[in-house]
Amino acid sequence: MRVELKNITKHFGSICANDDVSLCVEPGTVHGLLGENGAGKSTLMKVLSGFISADRGEIILDDNVVQMISPARAIDLGVGMLHQDPLDFPALSVLSNFLLGSHSGLVPDVGRARRELRQLADQFDFHLDPDVRVSDLSISERQQLEIIRLLWLGVRVLILDEPTTAISAQQKAKLFGALRMMAEQGKTIIFVSHKLDEVEELSSQVTVLAAGKVTGVVVMPCPTNRLVQMMFGKTVALTKRQPAPLGEPVLQMDGVMVRDWRMEMKGLCLEVRAGEVIGLAGLEGSGQRLMLQACGGLERPLAGRVCIGGNDMKGKPYRSFLEAGVAYMAAGRLEEGLIAGLTLTEHVALAERSRSFLIDWNSTLRKTVGLIGEFNIKGDPAMRVEELSGGNQQRTLLALLPRHLKLLLLEHPTRGLDVESVESIWGLLLERTRLGTAIIFISSDLDELLDRCDRILVFFSGRVAPPFDARKVSVEQLGELIGGKGF
Amino acid sequence: MAIKPDTGTSEWLLRAVGIVIALTLCGLVLLASGAMPLDAFALILEGAFGSSAKLAYVMTAWIPVLLCSAGLLLTFEAGLWNIGIEGQVVMGAVSATGVMLALQNTLPPAAVLVLAALAAISGGALWALLVGVLKLYGRVNEIFGGLGLNFIASSLTVYLVLGPWKRPGIASTSGTQPFPPPLWLPAFKGFNVSPIEVLLGLIAIAFVFAGLRGTHFGLRLKAIGKNLRSAFLMGISTHRSILLAFGLCGALAGLAGWVLVVGTSARHNLFPLVSSGYGFLAILVVLLANLSPVWSTPISFFFASITMGSLQLALQRQLDSSLGGVIQGMLVISILVTEGLRSTRFGRGR
Repeated sequence: MRVELKNITKHFGSICANDDVSLCVEPGTVHGLLGENGAGKSTLMKVLSGFISADRGEIILDDNVVQMISPARAIDLGVGMLHQDPLDFPALSVLSNFLLGSHSGLVPDVGRARRELRQLADQFDFHLDPDVRVSDLSISERQQLEIIRLLWLGVRVLILDEPTTAISAQQKAKLFGALRMMAEQGKTIIFVSHKLDEVEELSSQVTVLAAGKVTGVVVMPCPTNRLVQMMFGKTVALTKRQPAPLGEPVLQMDGVMVRDWRMEMKGLCLEVRAGEVIGLAGLEGSGQRLMLQACGGLERPLAGRVCIGGNDMKGKPYRSFLEAGVAYMAAGRLEEGLIAGLTLTEHVALAERSRSFLIDWNSTLRKTVGLIGEFNIKGDPAMRVEELSGGNQQRTLLALLPRHLKLLLLEHPTRGLDVESVESIWGLLLERTRLGTAIIFISSDLDELLDRCDRILVFFSGRVAPPFDARKVSVEQLGELIGGKGF
Repeated sequence: MAIKPDTGTSEWLLRAVGIVIALTLCGLVLLASGAMPLDAFALILEGAFGSSAKLAYVMTAWIPVLLCSAGLLLTFEAGLWNIGIEGQVVMGAVSATGVMLALQNTLPPAAVLVLAALAAISGGALWALLVGVLKLYGRVNEIFGGLGLNFIASSLTVYLVLGPWKRPGIASTSGTQPFPPPLWLPAFKGFNVSPIEVLLGLIAIAFVFAGLRGTHFGLRLKAIGKNLRSAFLMGISTHRSILLAFGLCGALAGLAGWVLVVGTSARHNLFPLVSSGYGFLAILVVLLANLSPVWSTPISFFFASITMGSLQLALQRQLDSSLGGVIQGMLVISILVTEGLRSTRFGRGR
């Protein structure tokens, strides 16, 4: 089936996720959709698969304009999507999951489904036991199940959103083999990824998105640096951060092992000194957040040591990290930072961590007014935080931090902010480094990483490259590393 | 959580619309059960306020509901559904009865009453803390934990009433041997309401009001209720605050249980349905008051009047007195529906 998207535009509030995006995919091909995090790839594919509806634009399947009102409708029309995180039912068996979503009437024909599940699985050399609970499968097997389920439902266009984030190299090879076979059978495959090598390996044509817009459509093969340039836009060199004298070590990580449901990272070592700025680069979900959380006491290491200011923090809870002078600022400002529904003054009162029983609202109000002036927050003390703009929310978060910090950990400190806010946030951050605070931050903005850091660590699929001097690399080199070259 | 504590004028107007809808629906139910709605409403009013004795009954129903509402304001503020409040009331009554049975012949009545109150407060608090501990350390949702503990509490009452604490002679589900008048709370002259009860209820709600508004503890509860993750990241000890909210709520519920045993219009004994559903009624009160302590006070009074007034439906028109409960339920559902519609229709919610 030929897929065409015409002039798709989608806003989320004031953010434009897709800006007049058009895309055309021929049947029997694997089409790569490439772009960094937040480029709008997932949004575009969710529009195509009926998860969200576009503000404007047309979806055309084999010359027919269609309305994708729901994922069920999309599957009826032959479009199915494999999501980044499996959307299955772990408590149910493989067979039950397989049967879900089928229009098989009141009583499903379990015997037939079982046979067809086996046939489809065998065809792609997938090993799926129909009677095992999905919670016992690996991520890769869950993907395989979802793929054959979609094929069984008659899907002719298969969208895969970052399918390789959580699977091993062998599993990846098997997946790619199956995808090539499907393309040969005439299926249309759209492969969404930010990993250059995968897109290069699999796709016959690639569309590159950046900041919600199409920045290029190329027939493969194509030189990597051209793809990088389309992905990350401008490659102008900006003024770099001047090296500053560094102080005592504030953080020492030694042989740290951390694990979440998705990946395991071993042997993490890092020493950070007072006043230093470290950037964690990599595609989202490559392990940088896990490491940052281990630094902040939010993720307990399974092995190794984390020392703050020379003290071993083994077994200590998050609060001990706070008391030791560590602060953590998550990316979701209203989800993991501020409290929607509370005013600025109430936040100031909360952040005081006061031992007294009663709140002195008058002095808190004075303090709030002072912070609003000092941090240039556009808002008044009685305003609820959700009414502030993103930049003002971020400045509020910085204003709420204790004055003297050893280590400040930030996830995407300037994501979604305008240039002016970015500058003001970094002004505030660098002022802190001059007072001896070390900063470790995650960012997917290459320029930000290169401009602000002393050293950069690149993460790829749970592995970390040794830290390197931010002044000695170019945007292209960094982009290639992030895309997995050299890992 | 769908609860939003701050309400503007337009939202109160919407509530008024909700109340009108609720009353209309109640009218229809009354018609269906063969009563004239206006007549029935008049009867309820008459039954609640028709004489000082009737008003006294309303007042005695009001105080337990008010105490429970005060407690629930704390747990709701922290985003917790303390469905277990009914069991906490029961455990308060059980603890009070136990202390009174043990000490009634050895200590002066006043001392027995005070010790019984302290026992009731601890009993309710412990029962509520159990819900909190199950939630935080056993990953049992507080709704299920509370529901389970409610069953245990009421079964325990039945066991005590029929077993160890049975009346001399025959065991009866009508309860333990009633306590003698010296172990009743003193009442006003000619108005069968105890000033002690009323004072306790009003003090409790006033403290909760002040506590939520002016203390760090109250603000932390608010923060936890609105965003547990952010509150945790800010360094608030979320576990401690949650346990404290449960404990305080249980303490107030336990005190309500004490009032239900020693209060002026109480039956002065422990019986299986001693909590009378007042804990659940208080949940409705707090929901209808949209977590406002100020509004909880008149609304709990209003609900107590409906509960007591609707007894007249049974006495005078041979209708079931549970119609009072139907009216209360309809009120809350209509208000919550209008609230829900408002937030989806006008998109101010998520």
